Amino acid sequence: MPMTTLDTAGAAGTANAFRMPSLGADMEFGTLVRWHAAPGDRVARGAVIAEVETEKGVFSVESPVDGVVAELNVAPGTKVPVGTVLATFGEAPRVAAAPQIPPTPTPEAESVLTPRLRASPVARRRAAELGIDLAALWHDARDHAITLAEVERAAGRAAPAPVTPELPAPTPSAPPAGDARLAMRRAVAAAVSRANRDIPHYYLSTPVSLRRALDWLRDRNAVSPVDQRILPAALLLKAVATALREFPELNGFYTEGAFQPAPAVHLGVAISLRTGGLIAPAIHDADGKTVGEIMEALRDLVRRAREGGLRGSEMTDATITVTNLGDEGVDTVLGVIYPPQVALVGFGRIAERPWADAGMLGVHPVVTATLAADHRATDGHYGGRFLAAIDRLLQAPEAM
Amino acid sequence: MTRDQIRATLLEALSRIAPEVGAADIDPAANLRDQIDIDSMDFLNFMILLRQTLGVDVPETDYPTLRTLDACVDYFAAKQAAPAAPAAR
Repeated sequence: MPMTTLDTAGAAGTANAFRMPSLGADMEFGTLVRWHAAPGDRVARGAVIAEVETEKGVFSVESPVDGVVAELNVAPGTKVPVGTVLATFGEAPRVAAAPQIPPTPTPEAESVLTPRLRASPVARRRAAELGIDLAALWHDARDHAITLAEVERAAGRAAPAPVTPELPAPTPSAPPAGDARLAMRRAVAAAVSRANRDIPHYYLSTPVSLRRALDWLRDRNAVSPVDQRILPAALLLKAVATALREFPELNGFYTEGAFQPAPAVHLGVAISLRTGGLIAPAIHDADGKTVGEIMEALRDLVRRAREGGLRGSEMTDATITVTNLGDEGVDTVLGVIYPPQVALVGFGRIAERPWADAGMLGVHPVVTATLAADHRATDGHYGGRFLAAIDRLLQAPEAM
Repeated sequence: MTRDQIRATLLEALSRIAPEVGAADIDPAANLRDQIDIDSMDFLNFMILLRQTLGVDVPETDYPTLRTLDACVDYFAAKQAAPAAPAAR
């Protein structure tokens, strides 16, 4: 487009607000940690323009539009409710004077993420409580995530009584730890209450023998270097993603009184954080990925969930969620659906069980697969066939 | 590499897997997974780090022996004393 003047589309027509995103149904507030763009910068849709911190970590938030940043409305360190305008976009009248290619972040996650300050969630929280600037520690940490110990040590240098910070340095975004935890529980409570009130759940459950699947994995892993080995969880995710191709009515959103199937399978994976709390970022286009690619994506997601660096889009565009509490030792998970999704698939612990097969009783590794689904979108018959498809796929892992 | 060096390498790897845990918090004779709440993904990442630092690719069948920090030190010390099966025989 040639030189823009104010009256071509009208200021109101071109201006766009960038708001504090909701990075999960249980998020009510977010702290703007850092800007990656300045007024006058041209940013592409999908480029990371800000980092936002919630109780669940630090997230890289992408620009919702192609445009020029007109104004940054919120300063770093400020905690604001979801929906607050953080910045405005628009074709500034002086756009022609702005540099053509300002140094905005590239859309590639890696190049943006590499130099990111890394700190464990608990270290971040403690630093906030104590008013310690993590950036100052980051120089010393260099090749590892800043640890709680390093924060405490820095606190010891900076403050005479680090154990009882009655008067922590005032950071506007740092309520006391107890309050933050309470706030998170309250936000989770509100979200799941909403889900249970609005979504008529139905639940199905079926035991699945993983003998063939685990034999196949064992043989494959035995000849693979350790960094290419696959965990059973990746195989279960792959089975869900593949089965969803046949059962699209479980993959999508229930909005405005109707189910809207999603064109792609973005598999939300529930990941427990080391400091408590749960997030469910998405593996994008999981149905098109091989088991190896899903494993790689899962490892990357878990790492970034715990170290920081998840993208806002990963937090918001899951089309179905899978929760795997196998490591916790429970057998059966009957989950709460993340609205506006319409289904949640659960896997429990893989345990040896007596298993009758072709007239013979044997001992098989068995997992209980469950489905919590929205009765407004599907019925139990459909859901049951979906679980049966997951079972069928896991009996022929080499074919997935 | 001495046993102390192996131990230090293991602790460094663990501190990257579970940054909130300090070396002093780990009882070398007690079950590692119970002490630092690592799941199967964490354990796999631990193995990947050790392959990079100690050059030992631990087969899955050996995972059950790596229950405690002391057991890990024993395991990797033994691997170094007798490197993996020679290629030619």
